[in-house]
Amino acid sequence: MDKSLRSDFTHSFPLSPDGSTDLDWGRVAVSVRHLEFFYGKRQVLFDNNLDIQSNRITAIIGPSGCGKSTHIRTYNRIYELYRDQHASGEVLMGDMNILSSSVDPIDLRRRIGMIFQKPSPFPMSIFDNVAYGLRINYHLKRSELAERVEKALLKAALWDEVKDKLSHPGMALSGGQQQRLCIARTIAIEPEVLLMDEPSSAIDPIATAKIEELMLGLKANYTIVIVTHNMHQAARVSDFTAFFHEGRIVEFGMTKQIFTNPRIKQTEDYITGRFG
Amino acid sequence: MTIRSARSRHMANSAILRISTLAAMVGLAMLIWILGVVMKEGFGAFDLDFFTKLPTPPGMAGGGLANAIAGTIMMTVLAILLAVPISILAGIHLAEYGKGAKLATSMRFVTSTLMGVPSIIMGVFVYTLVVKPTHTFSGYSGSIALAIIMLPVVVRTTEDMLNLVPVALREAGLALGAPHWKVILQIVFRSAKGGLLTGVLLAVARVSGETAPLLFTALNSPYWMHSLNEPLANLTVTIFNFAMSPYADWKSQAWGASLLITGGVLLLNISARLAFRDRNRNK
Amino acid sequence: MALRSRFRPVGEHNWGDSLFRWITLASMWVIPLLMAGILLELIRNSKLSLAKFGLGFLTSNAWDPVAGNFGALSSIYGTAVSTLIALLIAVPLGLVIALFLAELAAPKLSALFGTAIELLAAIPSIIYGMWGLFVFAPFMARFVQPILGKYLGFLPLFQGPPLGIGVLTAGIILALMIVPYISSVTREVFRMVPPLVKEAAYGAGATTWEVTKGVTLRYSMRGIVGAGFLGVGRALGETMAITFVIGNNHSISASLFASGNTITATLANEFTEASDPIYLSSLVELGLVLFVITMLFQVAAQLWLWSLRKRLV
Repeated sequence: MDKSLRSDFTHSFPLSPDGSTDLDWGRVAVSVRHLEFFYGKRQVLFDNNLDIQSNRITAIIGPSGCGKSTHIRTYNRIYELYRDQHASGEVLMGDMNILSSSVDPIDLRRRIGMIFQKPSPFPMSIFDNVAYGLRINYHLKRSELAERVEKALLKAALWDEVKDKLSHPGMALSGGQQQRLCIARTIAIEPEVLLMDEPSSAIDPIATAKIEELMLGLKANYTIVIVTHNMHQAARVSDFTAFFHEGRIVEFGMTKQIFTNPRIKQTEDYITGRFG
Repeated sequence: MTIRSARSRHMANSAILRISTLAAMVGLAMLIWILGVVMKEGFGAFDLDFFTKLPTPPGMAGGGLANAIAGTIMMTVLAILLAVPISILAGIHLAEYGKGAKLATSMRFVTSTLMGVPSIIMGVFVYTLVVKPTHTFSGYSGSIALAIIMLPVVVRTTEDMLNLVPVALREAGLALGAPHWKVILQIVFRSAKGGLLTGVLLAVARVSGETAPLLFTALNSPYWMHSLNEPLANLTVTIFNFAMSPYADWKSQAWGASLLITGGVLLLNISARLAFRDRNRNK
Repeated sequence: MALRSRFRPVGEHNWGDSLFRWITLASMWVIPLLMAGILLELIRNSKLSLAKFGLGFLTSNAWDPVAGNFGALSSIYGTAVSTLIALLIAVPLGLVIALFLAELAAPKLSALFGTAIELLAAIPSIIYGMWGLFVFAPFMARFVQPILGKYLGFLPLFQGPPLGIGVLTAGIILALMIVPYISSVTREVFRMVPPLVKEAAYGAGATTWEVTKGVTLRYSMRGIVGAGFLGVGRALGETMAITFVIGNNHSISASLFASGNTITATLANEFTEASDPIYLSSLVELGLVLFVITMLFQVAAQLWLWSLRKRLV
């Protein structure tokens, strides 16, 4: 990674026990540089800089309204659905700035998938739900399609519960199952990055535990970014954590360090529950 | 301070209660009266001939309204084919591309205004636009008039139903890499199916009972249809003509036609309600 | 998984979206085009009479197809009077029915009556015409008008032979047709009254009527006016029911028992008879007058309801 850019981060990176500022960088899936975001005239993200590591889970935490969801929604440009929202700065994948108009958002979304807070199964059968993204993005024979649907449902830990009722409507499942269906639907097209926007805030604790387990299993093949207002969840599943406050990234580092030894007071205040 | 008599307050209250109940009963009674008359007189006119034969010349007994029944069905179907695709596309634009834009608000305004145009004015419009230049009354012009009446109704209901589909569904579709138009047609549309059908059924119900717009477009005819480019027999104008005539059997047939129209319209209304409820049940 | 660093160039997907968007946009524009088209065609086809009669058309009581002299006054008068009668009956009736449905009746009863009232709106206007001409008008002639004539005959409003058909009967039938609109809008408006305020009133010991009078109606007044507007719009355009019972007489009379004419009835009866150009042009001009009046009402109603919504938000 470019050393000159790395220096932007040193103030917020943890010191490892031997005092060096080197993190275990590995490969970076997504790099955010000077990202800013506006709802009309109102600015909500200020100079966001972040590196998302491959095959790791990065959690984004912070009080409600601090811009966490807005931030990750720039990665797949889903905000373009709304005419008064726009972003400036760079979100780099490889060497391409995915915010630029020369990148096709449809192509982008094949590589960056998103799970939403409210499970939104399509008004179709379970099979068709999972197959939807596959049909849209790829030319597949029927047998291949069925195979990939099964694979995705297996990975999403839903196959056993639905294998006999693939033709049933997706909306007939329970909340937790619906969310896993949405996960299956997203990973079926094999994106590189999975964005999860408060994936378990609308479902019960038992289902939440299942999803967290799922995330840990998916880590091996996907890069995961999870926005959560549940700090315990962040502490449980993530490798890296970024703390947001009022549209800025206050601190970013390895989860263990953030939660046991935060460098910035604001982070500490949030984690200990003094606000938020 | 003197206390207002509780008794007089209660009396005023029960008086109003009684008046309200009475009013509601009057409304119900009127409905029963009208439907009762239509059914009584209408059933009297029903026989096999009514449904299978052509009208006889004035004064001659017998005959039926087979051509008018066919004509009404034909024009209604044609009106649906003309109006529904455009209306649904227009509704899609308002719901999916028009959010918050000033254009969308003005369009809604104009749509509501178009809905308020008296149906006879639509008839005059289509007369001047189609009938006069082509020098003939026609089934086409009748269908066009009916289609124009249906248009704003279906646009409005389409927009309303599509707006009920949660945004999350759209975002989920887009997030999978689907182009916007596929998200709209394959996901949003499917989700709103029941509601859209309701809207169409209600518009059809409204239009199938219309007489005024047909008075000088399709006119009426005692014959079977040869082409849509000539006057077309239809039930509603027939009712008008026969009712105003001095012949008892024609008046009786007018009642028969009235019963058919009323039955059809009420059936469509009930189907629309059921479609709406079905949609809610599947959620 | 290996990171791929290449993206497909933009443009491959865009044409589908653009095309679809354009098709829907074009479809949407059909509506304002229609509105403009109707106005233009009405003006274009009434040029003859516009030129010949000018503004006097609106104030002239004449209607002579033979001499080619036409005036809109009798039609406008009939339209106005029948609409007014309809409003005077339908607004209180609709209000009180809405009250019944929203506040007084048990849910099941409210659903039943509510459906019945809505069905009144679904009945096609020509059916009202049939019932009006063959059943209700005779009823009015036999029972209602004689009584009105006997007790209120000193008023010019209720003088003249009880024929059954006429402006009064037309107005009553019109009222029946617009009651469902008034009552359903009023019901919606009643529903928007904050329950807490009503509860507070009940808590102070108010009777149902007192809560309605002091709280519900006060909140709903603007909405009820809006409902009135909608009712007027509906009544102005009503054709078939009126045509059957109004008597089709181009004259102005003080009596409600008299027959008269409305713009819509005139058009319905005479349009196909109009043999010469000035006749046809005058009829189209009548249509233009109705179009303009209705549009003004529609706009006023929309603006009113829009301002009402703004206040509530």
